[in-house]
Amino acid sequence: MAITEAPKIVTARMGHPDSHTLERYLATGGYEGLRKALTMTPEAVAAEVDAASLLGRGGAGFPAGRKWSMLRKNPVSYLVVNGDESEPATFKDHLLVERDPHQLIEGVLIAAYALQVSQAFIYLRGEFALGLERVQAALNDAYDHGAVGEDIFGSGFSIDLVVHPGAGAYICGEETALIESLEGKRGFPRIKPPFFPAAIGLYGEPTVVNNVETMSNLPWIMLHGGAAFAALGEGKSTGTRLFALAGHVRHPGVFEIEMVKTTFADLIFAPVLGGGIPGDRQLKAFIPGGVSAPWFGPEQVDLPLGQDEVAGAGSMLGSGSVVVMDEDTCAVRAAWRITRFFARESCGQCTPCREGSGWLERIMARIESGHGREEDLDLLLDACDNIAPGLTWPPQQTTICVLGPSIPSSIGSAIKMFRDEFLVHIKEGGCPFG
Amino acid sequence: MADPTASTTRVTAAGSPGATAAAGGDDGAAATDGGAASSPPEDVVTFTLDGRTVTAPKGEMLIAAAERAGTFIPRFCYHPRMASVGVCRMCLVEVSGPRGATLQPSCFVEVAEGAEVTTDSPKVKKAQDGVLEFLLVNHPLDCPVCDKGGECPLQDQTLAYGPGESRFVEEKRHFEKPIPISELVLLDRERCIQCSRCTRFAAEVAGEAQIDFAGRGELLEVATFPDHPFTSYFSGNTVQICPVGALTAAPYRFSARPWDLDQVESTCTTCAVGCRVAVQSSANRVTRLLGIDADPVNHGWLCDKGRFAYETVNGDQRLTEPLVRKDGRLVAVSWHEALAAAAAGLKAAAARAGDARRARSVGVLGGARLTNEAAYLWTRLAKGVLGTDSVDAQMADGLPGDLVAGLPRATIDEMVAADTVVVISGDLREELPVLFLRLLGAARAGKVSVIELAPQRSAITPSAAVSLRYRPGDVAAVARALVDDGAPVPDGIDPTALGRARELAGAPRVVVVLGRPTIAEHEGLVADAALTLTAALPGVRFLPALRRGNVHGAIDMGMAPGLLPGRVGLEEGRAWFAEAWGSVPSERGLDARAMLAALAGDDPGKPEALVVLGADPLSDFPDRAMAERALDAAGFLVAVASTPGPVVDRADVVLPAAAAHERAGTTTNVEGRVSRVAQKLVPPGQAWADWMIAVELAAHIGTELAPESVAAAWDEIERVAPAHRGLTHAMLDARGAEDGVVVPLGPGPARRPAPALLDPIAFPGIESVERQGAPPRAGLAEPPAPAPAPATGATPGTGAETEPEGTARPPILALPAGVDAPHVAPTDAYTHRLTVGRRLYDLGDAVSSSPSLARLVEATALRVSPHDLDDLGVGPGDRIRLRTATTSIDVEVDVDPMLPRKVVAADWNVPLGEVTAGVLVDGRHPVVEVRLESIP
Repeated sequence: MAITEAPKIVTARMGHPDSHTLERYLATGGYEGLRKALTMTPEAVAAEVDAASLLGRGGAGFPAGRKWSMLRKNPVSYLVVNGDESEPATFKDHLLVERDPHQLIEGVLIAAYALQVSQAFIYLRGEFALGLERVQAALNDAYDHGAVGEDIFGSGFSIDLVVHPGAGAYICGEETALIESLEGKRGFPRIKPPFFPAAIGLYGEPTVVNNVETMSNLPWIMLHGGAAFAALGEGKSTGTRLFALAGHVRHPGVFEIEMVKTTFADLIFAPVLGGGIPGDRQLKAFIPGGVSAPWFGPEQVDLPLGQDEVAGAGSMLGSGSVVVMDEDTCAVRAAWRITRFFARESCGQCTPCREGSGWLERIMARIESGHGREEDLDLLLDACDNIAPGLTWPPQQTTICVLGPSIPSSIGSAIKMFRDEFLVHIKEGGCPFG
Repeated sequence: MADPTASTTRVTAAGSPGATAAAGGDDGAAATDGGAASSPPEDVVTFTLDGRTVTAPKGEMLIAAAERAGTFIPRFCYHPRMASVGVCRMCLVEVSGPRGATLQPSCFVEVAEGAEVTTDSPKVKKAQDGVLEFLLVNHPLDCPVCDKGGECPLQDQTLAYGPGESRFVEEKRHFEKPIPISELVLLDRERCIQCSRCTRFAAEVAGEAQIDFAGRGELLEVATFPDHPFTSYFSGNTVQICPVGALTAAPYRFSARPWDLDQVESTCTTCAVGCRVAVQSSANRVTRLLGIDADPVNHGWLCDKGRFAYETVNGDQRLTEPLVRKDGRLVAVSWHEALAAAAAGLKAAAARAGDARRARSVGVLGGARLTNEAAYLWTRLAKGVLGTDSVDAQMADGLPGDLVAGLPRATIDEMVAADTVVVISGDLREELPVLFLRLLGAARAGKVSVIELAPQRSAITPSAAVSLRYRPGDVAAVARALVDDGAPVPDGIDPTALGRARELAGAPRVVVVLGRPTIAEHEGLVADAALTLTAALPGVRFLPALRRGNVHGAIDMGMAPGLLPGRVGLEEGRAWFAEAWGSVPSERGLDARAMLAALAGDDPGKPEALVVLGADPLSDFPDRAMAERALDAAGFLVAVASTPGPVVDRADVVLPAAAAHERAGTTTNVEGRVSRVAQKLVPPGQAWADWMIAVELAAHIGTELAPESVAAAWDEIERVAPAHRGLTHAMLDARGAEDGVVVPLGPGPARRPAPALLDPIAFPGIESVERQGAPPRAGLAEPPAPAPAPATGATPGTGAETEPEGTARPPILALPAGVDAPHVAPTDAYTHRLTVGRRLYDLGDAVSSSPSLARLVEATALRVSPHDLDDLGVGPGDRIRLRTATTSIDVEVDVDPMLPRKVVAADWNVPLGEVTAGVLVDGRHPVVEVRLESIP
């Protein structure tokens, strides 16, 4: 495995300090993908994306082209872009939104054309103050440029695009909660079935929901062809992908990497990427795909960055966030902090998640502070089992959405990998890491 | 502890104390409509339930289909009368699918052909166990001090499905507890399990989302909006359906434990909807009322007035002994002395009037709060014994009795199944609250289109397809314009809206809800409108929206001039009733308006004596000044009343009567549905049931009325009243007839629905009291009727003793050909017309004597359209002078953008400045013209 010289698909412009402006965008091939798409039939545009085998970059990893083709049998009413990136250590969309808003807008317009929708929404995390400002400014410029609105670029196709800020709830990144929020309601996820957005989405209409990064790939795919995209990566995981590297590494940040060709070890240790762990401490564990994902240990560090490869090993690439924990990390504390996040962000709708997250957080806090009991480990796993029956991967769930079964990932991993550490906490009445 | 898996039949039937409701079986009670065999539903789905093959109609939720098949799936958020949300996760079952069996919420999954459903696998059990343990994590377990203890779905289902012990050892979530969210409801957020039943009820059923969730995670809490308390008229329902003790009712809190209560099933008579209730009591005091899910009527819901007005009955302001005026003072006497005095006074009055005026010799006012049996006997006393036809259960605030008796009727179910519902009435939420809920549900679901004809907006306005705002006095003209393209369109009616309304009125199934859009408009004009619609719309049917307790039963029993029992006209029924009773009035008598006008004006045709049956003309008659003069002028005044008041103060003889829940019998609702009211309490002191007072008073006058029991009175009604023919006492008491029977009976066998099952989780508190409550105390309920004829003996009148022989049974009244609608003079440019609506919480007796409700009465202002306010140069909150032909008052004004120009609005019998709107209405005129002036 190695770090390949794959082209930068979504971060090509990031080196320019004015990468967010229309001038820079146009000077670097901006809106050419859209112009090309508008000369094609919507079906041909969709086919190009299908040929790219572009997997959704939001977390679930469903092929975007397939999502569209399923929908194109019936008219779609709305396109919604999910920019509510709120998970701890996940910050790849943040970059795209702030540094290349036109690329996002162009991608949305291409998708809208392929789906033939005339109304699209970009739902952005409310805390993205600069991102909101830049996307809104870019959108205004794009309207003036004739790329959005009536009869875009004289093509006869019309589309309106609305930027909508979220109000600070992680759960609104769940697509049906996002739709509720967009409708002006509380962000409570809807029950699927029957409320699959494709069938009953925004305002009860068929709706496509795609992630910011997914959209941002489309201009390149239109210009270079789906085949060029599919030539990158391997197997199901085509193209490049953004990874947000966080935790105990010398160079945390967002890296665009060709899928499958590169490994977690490359990402964490390569000098041009993560640069290794400070102080040359040992790798203890890492989370391969956001805090919803089960953890990996040093023995999995050579796994390639591919969707199926990671899934086969019992976790997921998820949101593209990789969190590195060195040997000085307290596994109990790490799992507790993640659990606390979920307890605070549970929407409160379903009993197992609302009550379970708070209970698990209390138990973890108790163990971390030295008041644990040995039977707490079985209790933790059994309570987790009542949210995600069987504690399998991918998880089953007793809840409406997947926030609930995300909670057991870190607790289960920590107990499975570091049971002794829990026992030390319990026996010594405190955290050995201080 | 109750077994939540067992649904029982309804509350022990009134009239058969001690009879335990038996569960299940006996399909013999279920007969079909009109004898037509029920055909299998078109789309039936077959699936496997725990290995059994089960069928269910397509689209039905699994939880309901399983329940009908005898498998109870535990639940908290699911409620059969509301849309599913699937959030509590208690009803998870295993359902086979493309990816194998998965846990699915059975309240949110429709039955599917061939599906395999497992409700009792280890996986399901573990999930249920887990959900219950999670629910108890933050639940305070303060059951010993919780109102819901003993009737709590969380308690019951934990026992049946939960783990024996909690493994939770940490500190629970804390909230300040409890906090009032309205004057009537308190919220304990620590007990809340976030099932959203209350918030869904408020938004979905009541149409007022005044409570909603705030916060998230385990801090998710039910909350009101800042500075907006939960003022809904239906707030008590949230307390009843709360599956824990999170919502409690201020009047009931800490007053009883369920196992100390006993109960009877009865009908609420606070208004005329006829909601079915469980009346629960302890130590001869009503403790609370709970709504029963009667499918044709109230679906389990009650309004807060109906739910909490029992405080009147418990109150200490009750008349407990007969009184006679001696030397100007009312003195307590024996029943014998009081009855003798009343009899002597009435006989003397008859003598003063002489034979020529006998039919108008005595005026009988009121009767809307009587049972059907009492109304019948009072009618027989007045019309058959005293010979007077001046009997009126209404106070000129309703509709002419012969019009109501003759209207082709609709049921509530027919209303919500109609294409178009024309509402010509006051605000239904204020007047007939649960009827409003039924209509609102149908309108919001898009099942019916509502056309509203009223001078002012109402709670149905936002859900109406068309609202035609008219000027008081124009109602008949608007009705004509609605059905006749050529008729002149009254001023101020929007032609586009009228066009749309005409289209909707042309639909095949039209039901008219007919009441009084404004009290300040003569009832004859509304009657004229009704006849116009009947003539123009073939098949149109009516729900008469008269609101007072049993006003429909009183009219059906003949308590209106020109009427005899069973919806029969005086002339048509003369021979039949003369034979049954011995005599009937020689001519038509006076209605309330004419009686009071004659007394007030000292007219030679005035009644020589007045009997007031539990009514208060001073509050209810539209012209307060006239009512006051009339009562003062009455030569001899007998008051039959439960509580003191201005009529009692003026009476010569006061006869103390039993109140609601203290007497047994039947009542009749807006549909003509006859249902049982039960006696739960012993009346205080020497108060008697009204029917008994009528019988004894007749005896003192010298005529024996035969009935010696309520049951016998009903038997007589069934024999002689044509509209009630065939509805035997046995039928009313039969299992399955709890929801009542609509009269007149149709041609086929009476509909006898299978007994409704009570879901103890949907409506907690009824089934639990039934199982564990105190046994009924001997002597409280009505004694069992003599062995009833078999239910099949519903064949009309065989061998009845008092049945007239050789005389043809008179026909049920048809609609009058026309009415004497008064002429309304055109208004001038300087004059406004007054419209007067009603409020649920008013200064009437039921509210004033219920402390919890009395504080909800609001001060009102005169509402004026923005244009008219501009013309006057005043703004909201300013005071203006309002001048009528007879009086002038200074009042505060408020702006109402939905009022037509030149119309000003006030509310009836609530504070309007220092007075009430009663002083503004002049009973001699068909509309009320007022002038607005700025105060110099």
